[in-house]
Amino acid sequence: MKDLIDILDLSIPEIDKLIEVANDIIENPENYREKCKYKKLATLFFEPSTRTRLSFEAAMYELGGNVLGFSEAQSSSAAKGESVSDTVRTVEAYADIIAMRHPKEGAPTVAAAKTQIPIINAGDGGHNHPTQTLTDLLTIKREVGRLDNLTIGLCGDLKFGRTVHSLIQAMVRYDNIKFIMISPKELKLPEYLINEVLVKKNIEFVETESLEESMPELDILYMTRVQKERFFNEADYVRLKDTYILTPDKLEHAKPTMRVLHPLPRVNEISVEVDKDERACYFRQAKNGKYIRMALILKLLGIE
Amino acid sequence: MHIDEIVNGIVIDHIAAGKSMEIYKLLNLDQLECSVAIIKNVNSKKMGKKDIIKIDEALDVNLDALGYIDNGITINTIENGVKTNKRHCELPERIVNVVKCKNPRCITSVEQEIDHVFKLTDRENKIYRCIYCEMKAKN
Repeated sequence: MKDLIDILDLSIPEIDKLIEVANDIIENPENYREKCKYKKLATLFFEPSTRTRLSFEAAMYELGGNVLGFSEAQSSSAAKGESVSDTVRTVEAYADIIAMRHPKEGAPTVAAAKTQIPIINAGDGGHNHPTQTLTDLLTIKREVGRLDNLTIGLCGDLKFGRTVHSLIQAMVRYDNIKFIMISPKELKLPEYLINEVLVKKNIEFVETESLEESMPELDILYMTRVQKERFFNEADYVRLKDTYILTPDKLEHAKPTMRVLHPLPRVNEISVEVDKDERACYFRQAKNGKYIRMALILKLLGIE
Repeated sequence: MHIDEIVNGIVIDHIAAGKSMEIYKLLNLDQLECSVAIIKNVNSKKMGKKDIIKIDEALDVNLDALGYIDNGITINTIENGVKTNKRHCELPERIVNVVKCKNPRCITSVEQEIDHVFKLTDRENKIYRCIYCEMKAKN
């Protein structure tokens, strides 16, 4: 495997191995401090993203490597009209591996076809974001101890939320997974995911509008932000953005072992008072993002 | 109606009635100098009605493209007035530059000179998806 474009590019054993390496990095960081010495990661961010880019850069620095790149299209040659193909062919001359975010869906697929060095998809429009999914999987494994036999609540924007779509694709490969989809009817999961993934694979799922009623059953609650940038109509955004706000009183009905995940950034869908609860693990999740990206960089560079 | 027999060329047969013009455009048959006959709504025992295209020139046709449009099509090669080969189309696994991705958010909408590639993701329902953005192909 040269690149990571889609979470399904990775087999279950490959994901298990990445999780194992990430856990080892967490326990023995000193063993990894020079693994990528003299290696360079190019972060090509044609669309701004603070946390994903910083997470990749922190990952490479902690492996002893170096980072170069740009953080918005305006500061790259894309602003002059250069194609993705030409940009990556040029960058290939300067870096050993590329992490790329682009507003157009499929841009990393083009990049992967044009280069010999590994390409990591760091988000392509509303399409894929596989390193977020790897982060989610590492977090679930570390927090709950397993990736099978889980009831997973997905709450908020299930229509446009790419992290939710990728997580579903990744989790249906494990045994005995049940999904509870909690969303207003305007933001329900797209039909194709229901028909081509859940129904086809015979996965148990429920669609509901009530977060409170679902709470006692959940092992995982995956909260998402209603993303303003996905709406054409401001009025629709304003009407739907406050539909689900997780507060400490709603959590009272949850299992003590339940865990709340969120890909971040949050706006107001999780009250800050929830942060103190041991079950809230989104900041630990953000930290896990760095470790799983370290494991992924090692794998794609053929070091680990 | 009489149409001359072909001496050297191909006959695209068993086209679903009404689809022949689509194939004419797809195979760029308008650019040929030779005789091309489009015969529409021919009575067929098997299909009820069908279309046929006769091309009076030996020509390499894009079988994948034909299979994508209609996998019931057959292609007969005629040499010296005799049928020498009969091929059936199959649903291709991939089609390259046969259809364009219509998703405005897809990289193919801005990146020049890349092939528009679709892969078969659901054979039963004949669903093809763009390899870049996974949008379903629309006929």
